[in-house]
Amino acid sequence: MHRFANPARFLRFATVAMPWFAAAAIVCIAAGLWFALVASPADYQQGETVRIMYVHVPSAWMALLVYTVVAGGSISALVWKHPLGEIVARAAAPIGAAFTLICLITGSLWGKPMWGAWWVWDARLTSVLVLFFLYLGYMALLGAFDDPVRGGRAASILAIVGLVNVPIIKWSVDWWNTLHQPASVARMDGPAIHSSMLTPLLLMAAGFGFYFAALLMLRVRAEIMTRRVRALRLAAMEAEA
Amino acid sequence: MRAFTAILARDLRLALRQGGDAAAVVLFFVLAASLFPFGVGPEPNLLARIASGVIWVTALLSVMLGLDRLFLADHEDGSLEAMLASPLSAVALVVAKCLAQWLLCGLPLILAAPVLALFLQLPVEGLPILLAALALGTPTLVLMGAIGAALVLGARRGGILLALLVLPLTVPVLIFGVAAVDAAIAGLPARPHLLVLGALLLATLAAAPFAAAAALRQSVE
Repeated sequence: MHRFANPARFLRFATVAMPWFAAAAIVCIAAGLWFALVASPADYQQGETVRIMYVHVPSAWMALLVYTVVAGGSISALVWKHPLGEIVARAAAPIGAAFTLICLITGSLWGKPMWGAWWVWDARLTSVLVLFFLYLGYMALLGAFDDPVRGGRAASILAIVGLVNVPIIKWSVDWWNTLHQPASVARMDGPAIHSSMLTPLLLMAAGFGFYFAALLMLRVRAEIMTRRVRALRLAAMEAEA
Repeated sequence: MRAFTAILARDLRLALRQGGDAAAVVLFFVLAASLFPFGVGPEPNLLARIASGVIWVTALLSVMLGLDRLFLADHEDGSLEAMLASPLSAVALVVAKCLAQWLLCGLPLILAAPVLALFLQLPVEGLPILLAALALGTPTLVLMGAIGAALVLGARRGGILLALLVLPLTVPVLIFGVAAVDAAIAGLPARPHLLVLGALLLATLAAAPFAAAAALRQSVE
């Protein structure tokens, strides 16, 4: 991992890897959508609305994964002063916020026909909403200072503090017996879901993961370039003065 | 320990001589809570049902109101830098300032709560539990808020930002604080909820000063 802590080396890796990630994302999502919309059966209870799950569940997983990436990057930025850690965290946050929003919206669309309400104040829903606010707070704090270095460090501390919410979301359905159904895929005794539904779900999850990786490479590259331009401009100004 | 008490005494003395800050927080608490009967109607049963939630939410907002000033004055006049350069650890500094803040803003809220409970027709059985829950919950809120207050030092629109950062984290305190009172009113044991509040206080006490101290240190670099 340390090899990639060097921004220039990471830049080369990102440039090569981005198209592969993008291609893998397209393949997985295309195959996942075919299985999800055509090849998988409608649920015996939920009917066709079960297909919302193939977007909802992967985006929920991604929301948590990306937050962990943001916090991990922040930790490496604060503890080991890796410049790349902060760049990755900064680049990942808006993507994670978008996945969280997708998760909340698709959940709401599914909740209306199933539970009869767009929104219920259940432990899982509330903790995901808090996650969304944490993403927004992180991004707001990044932009709130005149000095970007100061903003980056303050936001890193916030990202680490917010990490307490991740296990709460993961186990909220086990700790509190509420409306949201308990975990059915990541279980000790194997997934409690039929393979005709598990295949599209996992394909979509892999597709979302590759999509995130491709977007992250793109955004990290843009961020490194921006910093380089800023450094060059500063150097040019100093040379003039 | 001497430096700790010195900072505590200094903050208390400053606040008492300037006056007004703690009084303003309590005034806001009472005013905001007494708006609810106008908003939802003065029907006693309805008020009794929502009283615990109203008192908790307004207490939460009142604590937030005073928090953006926790480190701000010291940051602006440079004394924060001096305190961080002193042998007293930054973590102890945060705890001392939080304790002072709680004595000035949290404790008055708890003292004012019975009056509000009376206004809002809270059933009498709920009152002792409400006070116990506030006594456990408000220090947690101050400690969580201290992280936010340290993070937004030097930021644009720090006060608003502070609310955005801290309010999501305070949700568990609110949930268990209200659940304790509601359980007591319904004749159920409130003890489990109070224990969770106590656990939240201990966990925050163990973690928040370190996060706030890290935020303070990078604010003066």
